[in-house]
Amino acid sequence: MSIKLEHVNYIYSPETAYEIHALRDVNLEIGQGEFIGLIGHTGSGKSTLVQHLNGLVKATDGHVYFHGEDIYAHGYDMKKLRSRVGLVFQYPEHQLFEVDVLSDVCFGPKNQGLSREEAEERAKEALQMVGLSEEFYKQSPFELSGGQKRRAAIAGVLAMEPEVLILDEPTAGLDPKGRDEILDQISALHREKKITIVLVSHSMEDVAKYVGRIVVMNQGEVMYDDTPREVFRHYKELEEVGLAAPQVTYMMHALKEKGFAVDEDATTIEEARDTILKSLRGRL
Amino acid sequence: MIQADSLVYEYTRYDEEGRETDVTRAVDQVSLDIKKGDFVAILGHNGSGKSTLAKHMNAILTPTGGTMWVDGKDTKEEENIWEVRQSAGMVFQNPDNQIIGTVVEEDVGFGPENMGVPTKEIWERVEESLKAVKMLKYRHHSPNKLSGGQKQRVAIAGVVAMHPQCIVLDEPTAMLDPNGRREVIRTVRALNHVEEITVILITHYMEEVIYADKVIVMDQGRIVMKGTPREIFSQVEKLKSYRLDVPQATLLAYELKKAGVKLPDGILTREELVEELCRLS
Repeated sequence: MSIKLEHVNYIYSPETAYEIHALRDVNLEIGQGEFIGLIGHTGSGKSTLVQHLNGLVKATDGHVYFHGEDIYAHGYDMKKLRSRVGLVFQYPEHQLFEVDVLSDVCFGPKNQGLSREEAEERAKEALQMVGLSEEFYKQSPFELSGGQKRRAAIAGVLAMEPEVLILDEPTAGLDPKGRDEILDQISALHREKKITIVLVSHSMEDVAKYVGRIVVMNQGEVMYDDTPREVFRHYKELEEVGLAAPQVTYMMHALKEKGFAVDEDATTIEEARDTILKSLRGRL
Repeated sequence: MIQADSLVYEYTRYDEEGRETDVTRAVDQVSLDIKKGDFVAILGHNGSGKSTLAKHMNAILTPTGGTMWVDGKDTKEEENIWEVRQSAGMVFQNPDNQIIGTVVEEDVGFGPENMGVPTKEIWERVEESLKAVKMLKYRHHSPNKLSGGQKQRVAIAGVVAMHPQCIVLDEPTAMLDPNGRREVIRTVRALNHVEEITVILITHYMEEVIYADKVIVMDQGRIVMKGTPREIFSQVEKLKSYRLDVPQATLLAYELKKAGVKLPDGILTREELVEELCRLS
């Protein structure tokens, strides 16, 4: 177990006219090595929730534990927590600021107290992980393309060698190939480096394709917490809260209605293809 | 409505002494002719030049070579700028950067007020525009409290209130949740169908392109593909080579075909796929 939330509530501007109860009694355990998708409509509490995971926002009440330790306990090392639980914000490229890509990625590890050489080594490794080769080291981060900027910003967090990596809509605004590249790289980090991943996304197709578990937020509460197949089985309820199931799930339901013996819980293109082929063989 | 003839746009970089150091050609010899009432989608990877091209359509940028005409007016001519901007309105990705009013109806009224429209007519325009994007009941609300899709529809109403003949939307759904995306696309289609406004939609979501009359694909500043959605999405491999994608139903049909299922090319929607599969058996 790496992160545990117990009865977490968060209220913005309490006791004012602007009071918003953003999280309501959230209980959640994020196990080591998991790949979790966090979905919910705008304003459902996703971003507030992820900011609790590295102590950036302090719960109004409730507890957050990291490896069994209460992060709100007196004297808890928040700085260390933040380097172990890395958070990549929406549009992280807006936070690039250094003169060249390598220096920008070095900023985090240098701040952790590493020497210039160690920081550079970490930075180079992180840049390699996100697929930015040596030719980019000395380029200004501001001259990169959208997808490259995004990757440089993610490398900046990776260079701190976090155990948990939280990404808030890392593919918003990227072209389809850029989206696939970033998600494939995140998936490789999960597989090869055993990093725990929490992916906040508005794309049901991406979530279905990559994650092992989905947490659905609605009005500050956890609505569903299960495998993609189980969660997307509730597609009607998801639509009521502004979400949807992946396109293929709808196609499977339509085919089922027409009498095809397909697995209607298929959520990815591959699953859909296989189950359709199987049902066609049965019919022809 | 919008015509371009060999349009070129080059970004020039200068060093500290003001000497030219580097020239990047973002749009390269683009010619196009978008007719009144058309719904045109522009696809292309990040950096392919589509946003730069779109910015020419309401004279935020003017060509460094070639010509762009909006409603017959050359955008290079200084005296045409106001008319060009009234003919073609723009909507951008982030609704928070486009909304300035503290009340929805004031925000929508800002454009026509700026154009010098008489007060009584401003209110008429505000009402009809909010009605067109189905946001009339929120007219007295604060934009801050709206969802992403609602904010984006208010931004669209702000453009509609200026009575443009054409709306250019540059990734209007990139920051929205599935519901917000649906709301915005439905609104855009209605404006095109009912109000007969010419629509130019730039997007990375292939599903949103299905309803367009024409699709333009850009790569390295050039137009590399042109056609109906069906023609364009029949070419899965080619699109992938331009870093693009196809709608999910098209992709599934493509995968099934590769596995030997006899399906026609150009399936776009899930209804079409289901229908074709039923026909097989």
